[in-house]
Amino acid sequence: MAWAKKVMRVNLTTGRIGSEPLNMDWAMQYLGQRGLATKYLTEEIDPKCDALGPDNKLIMTTGPLTGTMASTAGRYSIVTKSPLTGCVACSNSGGFIGAEMKTAGWDMIIFEGKAPKPVFLHLENETAELVPADEIWGTSCWHADEWIHRKYQDPLMRIAVVGRSAEKGCLYAAVVNDLHRAAGRSGVGTVMASKNLKAVAIRGTRGVGNVRDITAFMAAVQKGKKVLADNAVTGQGLPRFGTNVLMNVINEVGAMPTRNMREVQFEGSSRISGEAMHEPRESDGKPNLVTNAGCFGCTIACGRISTIDRGHFTISNKPQYWGASGGLEYEAAWALGSDAGVDDLDALTYANFICNEDGMDPISFGSTVAAAMEMFAMGVITKQHTGGVELKFGSAEALCWAADVTARGEGFGLELGLGSKRLCEKYGHPELSMTVKGQEFPAYDPRGIQGMGLTYATSNRGACHLRSYTVASEVMGVPVKTDPLVTEGKAELVKAFQDATAAVDSTGLCVFTTFAWTMEDIAPQIDAACAGGWTAQKMLETGERIWNLEREFNLAAGISGKDDTLPDRMLKEAAKTGPAKGKVNNLHEMLPKYYEIRGWGRDGIPTNETRKRLGLKSGGLAA
Amino acid sequence: MLKALQIEPEKCTGCLQCELACSFQAEGVFNPSKSRIKIFTFHDEGRFVPYTCTQCSEAWCMHACPVEAIVFNDRTGAKEVLADVCVGCKVCTIACPFGTVNYDQDDKVAYKCDLCGGAPECAKACPTGAITYVDADHTGLARMRAHAAKTANVGASA
Amino acid sequence: MQHVIIGAGPAGVIAAETLRRLDPGASVKLVGDEQEPPYSRMALPYYLFDRIQEDGTHLRKQPDHFSRNGIEVLRARVTAVNTKARRLTLDGGKELGFDKLLIATGSHPIRPPIPGMDLDGIFSCWTLADGRNIAKRAGKGSRVVLMGAGFIGCIILEALAMRGVKLTVIEMGDRMVPRMMNQVAGGLIKKWCETKGVGVHTSTRVESIEKSGAALKVRLSSDKVLDADVVISATGVRSNLEFLGGSGIETDFGVKVNDRLQSSHPDVFAAGDVCQGRDFSTGEYSVQAIQPTAADHGRIAAANMAGRSVRHQGSVNMNVLDTMGLISTSYGLWMGVPGGESAELRDTDRYRYLSLQFSGDHLVGAQSLGLTEHVGVLRGLIQTRVRLGRWKDRLLKDPTRIMEAYLGCTQALGHNAGVLA
Repeated sequence: MAWAKKVMRVNLTTGRIGSEPLNMDWAMQYLGQRGLATKYLTEEIDPKCDALGPDNKLIMTTGPLTGTMASTAGRYSIVTKSPLTGCVACSNSGGFIGAEMKTAGWDMIIFEGKAPKPVFLHLENETAELVPADEIWGTSCWHADEWIHRKYQDPLMRIAVVGRSAEKGCLYAAVVNDLHRAAGRSGVGTVMASKNLKAVAIRGTRGVGNVRDITAFMAAVQKGKKVLADNAVTGQGLPRFGTNVLMNVINEVGAMPTRNMREVQFEGSSRISGEAMHEPRESDGKPNLVTNAGCFGCTIACGRISTIDRGHFTISNKPQYWGASGGLEYEAAWALGSDAGVDDLDALTYANFICNEDGMDPISFGSTVAAAMEMFAMGVITKQHTGGVELKFGSAEALCWAADVTARGEGFGLELGLGSKRLCEKYGHPELSMTVKGQEFPAYDPRGIQGMGLTYATSNRGACHLRSYTVASEVMGVPVKTDPLVTEGKAELVKAFQDATAAVDSTGLCVFTTFAWTMEDIAPQIDAACAGGWTAQKMLETGERIWNLEREFNLAAGISGKDDTLPDRMLKEAAKTGPAKGKVNNLHEMLPKYYEIRGWGRDGIPTNETRKRLGLKSGGLAA
Repeated sequence: MLKALQIEPEKCTGCLQCELACSFQAEGVFNPSKSRIKIFTFHDEGRFVPYTCTQCSEAWCMHACPVEAIVFNDRTGAKEVLADVCVGCKVCTIACPFGTVNYDQDDKVAYKCDLCGGAPECAKACPTGAITYVDADHTGLARMRAHAAKTANVGASA
Repeated sequence: MQHVIIGAGPAGVIAAETLRRLDPGASVKLVGDEQEPPYSRMALPYYLFDRIQEDGTHLRKQPDHFSRNGIEVLRARVTAVNTKARRLTLDGGKELGFDKLLIATGSHPIRPPIPGMDLDGIFSCWTLADGRNIAKRAGKGSRVVLMGAGFIGCIILEALAMRGVKLTVIEMGDRMVPRMMNQVAGGLIKKWCETKGVGVHTSTRVESIEKSGAALKVRLSSDKVLDADVVISATGVRSNLEFLGGSGIETDFGVKVNDRLQSSHPDVFAAGDVCQGRDFSTGEYSVQAIQPTAADHGRIAAANMAGRSVRHQGSVNMNVLDTMGLISTSYGLWMGVPGGESAELRDTDRYRYLSLQFSGDHLVGAQSLGLTEHVGVLRGLIQTRVRLGRWKDRLLKDPTRIMEAYLGCTQALGHNAGVLA
């Protein structure tokens, strides 16, 4: 029933690989992917464990729809304890490897322990082996990808891999799959590298069957595809301009974090926007964008495939970057662009290539560079630290240099790899770190979009837009328009988005479908595929259960309600321009209400009543 | 009027919906590795190219088959593998100069596109119109056929 | 017009059908010397391990296929050809006249000159009758010695193994399938067979075979002696030319033909294993003895017999072989050409191998192990002499990208999924 019902357990310490049945009782409560893997993680590790020690586990997980024909159903997640935040980390990625893993017959792979020497997992249907990775350790994701493909003489093998940044301990290293897709946030790549696991290479030829009611499923899938095609965002905006369609929109709303979030509008936004990626360059007359691209099964195809001007200073003598590769998404364009004050589209594309090539989260990287630039402007970080580089806001050269050295874990790059929180603490200015629970902010200033303040403050993985994307409502009017500058109703909005997103992240579907799909579109697809009676209501309950379980993990890990806050800059320094001019984020108006409707105490801890209602352990995980 | 698959690679996003639809139709599971149509990715160039059997008139596969397991469907123009007749000798797979006849190591038979009996699922599933099923004269298959003819020993005369 | 075809294998049958189509008013006679309806030797191994019944080997499945198509099938052996009188002599003394004649008599297994080859229990594996005999004698647990690890030998290996016999293979060459695969690939096939429990002796000859009770003793050049219940000889094949003695038709290894598959006599043509036709890759005339070439020959010879002028541009030598589940292919000048570049990938642990041979900027030969997808495109690349341009460098770097190279070189492709204005 859509699930493969098989879990692979790989003990890296002993080299033992085993197969076990998927816990279907848990699947009925947590569905799959984000929810189900979090359940496994909470059952199997001590939340207080060292994220980079052998006691942490790393779970690569698919959802029940992953690998089916439902639109966007190629997603997988990596669930582990984050070294960046200490929270539960769940990073979701598209591309093709998730579907490949499912097609090979596996719902989940649980990696535990630590390999004595670098290895990679080679998985072909029922056969899996750990293979020495000495020859690719110390090389980039792209190099390792090519090397493994060559070794197995199989262009269709799908590979997820960590780069040099992860090996060198960069705390926001990503797991890169299919060259330019990534489980990007929270340092899941760092965990993988800490286990001496360089890559996972998968070839699946068994297929995904087991659909509960195939006729109903195909009908629901067909209907869902039509809804996506007919919707202005998923049918036109995203395929044409990608997520970077937001660049100009968010800038006009006055929620474009700029120069380490000192400002809320960026004067260069139109030069780095989705529209700008279409415009012919002066030098060679070609646009940055080559084509859009879809992940597995995706009928939206928001992906960007871009090139850099061959004459640009970043690559004029590096022909290896002359070809096309994954281009700028909105978050990367913002983090590398406006947050660093850089408006050079080619430079941003280069830095983005480097983030893909060596596996770094461009959001955390860009934000960290922005914080470093602010400290450079203050004279706290100097050319002595940077080896002579002028780390100035607006400097494309500095940005690209920072990308290079952080990707390779060289010199000052090692410090940038610490992330904004630790870097700012190290240089004595923790207030300059634009983070929550240690994770860097994404591209929506909570002074201009109030709901995003609550989103960031309460996100279970630290600051993140993908835990409750209230921008949809507050800016785009999906499903209903709310005023971005008011706080009223935002607690309810955030909770609803958090629960729905947790459910969608557990299906194998892409959260971008929810620009067009409601739970009423999604639930019939799940229900037709899976046993368990998956109504929209049950989906939302499941989402709430997942949200609370993640919260329990974090509480048991020592993170508390006190950490549900924002940097002072968001709470005290008013926006200087735009519609939000004069505003700060009024988190205090939203948080108590949020706790209340969550069924949590004032300390931010779920009450035992709430726990009981959701089927969670009384007294929390530690009990 | 015979119809044929028209492929416009410039519209393809590489999403594999066609491969999913094809494998589901042919095998009853979602399994791109068993699809009769394949998307080839030219990563460096940002191009995706769907590719499958053109049902070429030379029918190398059909003529190379030693046991008459590949037959001509005169309603659709497709050359179809009869799985229960195929012995699995694989001669068709090496004989097809387009590389569009493959061997299934699980089922031990050759397989290829059969146009789904006249209603190709790949075309129905394609979200961008990169694969359509249209009157054969409109497909631009002439170009591919011309190329095929270069392979021909017999050409059009036999 | 009287068309007579000698030989009811693939070349003969395809020629007969082609003649029927191109020359509707003519008489078409197909003369075969085996008792069965026309069948395929390619299918014999599958018959041997009971995947198919005898009728599964038949070239055409409808029992009345030939009569319905106005093709007369005669069971007879041709003993002589009189080109002046345009008459054939059949066994039993009957004669048969023709206006145009196609010689498609195929080939026969070589019988190596070894003492004891005439003992009971020694078979070829060439005809359906051979297949029946082997199936009868080689059962579970039988000790079987297979002489020759060429194409035929390898293709029946699996059939024998699946019958549960205890199998040993003796090959004179230094590797398996030496005329199809190089050292690396042939060596890998050997290793593969050994891991499957087959004894393989390469660089070894059979010196003699002796009777020993109900069994046989096979003496090897290594002085080793093997006990066997059944010995199968698969040491190669030779064109069936004997009956052409005195006909004046020029022969060499096979019937010599021009590029219209016409023999030294203008009304006599040849096709298939008996035809020394043009090799696409070398430009020389040789006997290829493979199914796709037989099919090419049959169609082209028939077209010329029917009065059309169709040139045979040469057949690409190609083979595909399934040795106990390890699939190998070879194409054209797989051994390479002097001064040509080559690309090679090998993964000996997983029995995967790919080798490409280039001459200038086109592909001229290839070998593969374990490749089952899009393999035919190797033929396309070789036979259309595609100019690879920049794709050659890419293939040198990553030879697995053959399909991309083909598409990249032959299709003018647009960009950008239609989203760019």
